[in-house]
Amino acid sequence: MVKVIIDDIEVEVEPGTTILNAARKIGGDVVPPAMCYYSKLQGSGGKCRTCLVEVAAGSAADPRPMPKLVASCSTPVMDGMVVKNKTSERVYDNRAAVTEFLLINHPLDCPICDQAGECHLQDLGFEHGKEGTRYEEKRRTFDPIDIGDKIKLHMNRCILCYRCVYTANQLTDQRVHGVLHRGDHAEISTYIEKAIDNDFSGNVIDVCPVGALTDKTFRFKSRVWFLKPMEASCECTKCAGKAVVWMFGDEIYRVTGRKDKYGEIEDIDGKTAWICNECRFDKKDKTKWNIEGPRVINRHSVISQNKYIVDERLETKKLN
Amino acid sequence: MGRKLLLEHANVPGIETFEVYRRNGGYRSVEKALKTMSPQNVVEEVQASGLRGRGGAGFPTGMKWSFLAKPEGVPRYLLCNADESEPGTFKDRYLMEKIPHLLVEGMIVSSYALGCNQSYIYIRGEYMWVLEIVEKAIAEAYANGFLGKNILGSGYDLDLAIAPGGGAYICGEETALIESLEGKRGNPRIKPPFPAVKGLWGCPTVVNNVESIAAVVPIVNDGGAEYAKIGIGKSTGTKLISACGNLVKPGVYEIELGLSVEEFIYSDEWCGGIANGKKIKACVPGGSSVPILPANLITKTAEGTDRLMSYESLAEGGFATGSMLGSGGFIVFDEDQCIVRNTWNFARFYAHESCGQCSPCREGTGWMEKVLRRLEHGQGHMHDIDLLAEINKKIEGNTICPLGDAAAWPVAAAIRHFREEFEWHVTHPDEAVKRNFGIASNHMPLV
Repeated sequence: MVKVIIDDIEVEVEPGTTILNAARKIGGDVVPPAMCYYSKLQGSGGKCRTCLVEVAAGSAADPRPMPKLVASCSTPVMDGMVVKNKTSERVYDNRAAVTEFLLINHPLDCPICDQAGECHLQDLGFEHGKEGTRYEEKRRTFDPIDIGDKIKLHMNRCILCYRCVYTANQLTDQRVHGVLHRGDHAEISTYIEKAIDNDFSGNVIDVCPVGALTDKTFRFKSRVWFLKPMEASCECTKCAGKAVVWMFGDEIYRVTGRKDKYGEIEDIDGKTAWICNECRFDKKDKTKWNIEGPRVINRHSVISQNKYIVDERLETKKLN
Repeated sequence: MGRKLLLEHANVPGIETFEVYRRNGGYRSVEKALKTMSPQNVVEEVQASGLRGRGGAGFPTGMKWSFLAKPEGVPRYLLCNADESEPGTFKDRYLMEKIPHLLVEGMIVSSYALGCNQSYIYIRGEYMWVLEIVEKAIAEAYANGFLGKNILGSGYDLDLAIAPGGGAYICGEETALIESLEGKRGNPRIKPPFPAVKGLWGCPTVVNNVESIAAVVPIVNDGGAEYAKIGIGKSTGTKLISACGNLVKPGVYEIELGLSVEEFIYSDEWCGGIANGKKIKACVPGGSSVPILPANLITKTAEGTDRLMSYESLAEGGFATGSMLGSGGFIVFDEDQCIVRNTWNFARFYAHESCGQCSPCREGTGWMEKVLRRLEHGQGHMHDIDLLAEINKKIEGNTICPLGDAAAWPVAAAIRHFREEFEWHVTHPDEAVKRNFGIASNHMPLV
């Protein structure tokens, strides 16, 4: 085990652990944000640069600071490493700059975006963004594209995190989905207008940190905070059948994989909870699911809105 | 007359053929290394020579070689980076075109030193005619027993192949080159792991520039110590410089490092001065990615000492008053040239060539290019100049690979040294648009 100090908090982790995962072991606001890193996707990370942190001491053996900020999702910890995240002004400044870069071509259309309430860029913008923009140039725009009959891609919102590309590469057996062009002309697309034809292709929606990839069976039907997320399971031959069904009354509006507190697909009994397309898109009938109970949602999330009854006596007590 | 180690026989008729090259002392280093030296001896000679990577970064080649992991039962690879694409840099093209066997010879000796049995030359997509020349040289080396099985009866086997690139600047970045060679999109990898540990197909790999590999030949022939006697300080040996811009005699020159910049520009032996009797306004000494120098800092440092063609001297003063030797792409601007136009031109290149993986480079280079385009077309504001400087700071050091820095440095230096010219574009928009450089600038759409 190696010891590392992140924002003055010491934590012991396995050798080879990245700074980001060491911070996740501590939890709370010590954890850098991550738009492109996704623990279940091999090779992901290092691209969005939102997780840059300052390494004030490289290791106990070589305590020199690292000159540049480093991507915490791809930098392994060393014994005695000292990392600054929320305690570093430099990190805050650069994260604000990355947020500004990401918002150059990402519209602030949260009021109509399907991802509102679940969007990592929305959180990042709230914490690091500014009310105005210095970008005066014309923004790039695209027409929405259908990727198969159930998934819609709207490149206007894409921040090129590559998560969906890795998902498609790892969960499908044909490489038909990737990045075209270079620089700020780069775009996600399917190879020569082919659709991703795979039982697990719907997972590209779950990994998208913004609202670029949407579920056409749910798109624009409801805001997520009006729905009740319920843990549910079903008998399925293709996947583990463990999902979250988002209900309004007795009606299932959408089905997603189970995600952990960092928005990543959970491990259940050692297996990932990637769900198949049939469970995601076709099982909208309550009788097909065994509803296990309400999903635990962070109380600070907008999804928790109106879901908790405030105990007035406790509130009064607090006020006094 | 400066000493020439690489281009000594470049003008010998027929030197591109095996026969003539051999007659002029070619492949001596292969014979010497394979028959009288161990691979470790060759590495030691390269270390002793003080040779620094000629691709731009200037990292000591011998040290780079010493980092190569040597796990049992795993192949090691040597890749020659011939993906020369930086504006202003064309020296590798000249070397490969004129004297291709020098590169092949260098590849054999270097591969032997590193214990590689398969090596590749990754050639820029646009250099197709150069590829054919090098391909012919490789075929001749095979035919004469310098490549293939049991070279010169030494028991050493080496296969050498050419990998043509797709014409993307980013593939000159060593990990992007490896990705491209593996048949993938040429995107730089996240480091660590470095190629010396995990490179081509997950095996230990060294990536060296064409000129670095060619320089191994005289190092082995004459000894590292002899090579180290040439040059100045930690800048040893000779260097190919591709000189262009408003010079009387632009071209590729081999200089001994330590030559004064003044002599290089004005002496008849080299560039012959500024064309049309004009005055020099600025100089980019190491390819478009390095900071530009204004007239007062080209031949003299800020301290008043002579500026020399060396890694140290050109960098003297840091980025505030210095620059870099880089790849040796020496671009000179006369007094009539527009720095804003040139900066926009460079920015256009980097925005176009950014791979698009990481946010600061993808978005930042594009943003800078658009702001510069507006300024050049008389549509800029005074606050755009500070905005550019700020975008710069946010790209620099925050990207996966050095392309972000390469895009940021020229813009930062241009604003630092020629701010009044940027301001003139804002205060005199009509005049800025009306200027005629003989280039159809209005063909560039303002989007």
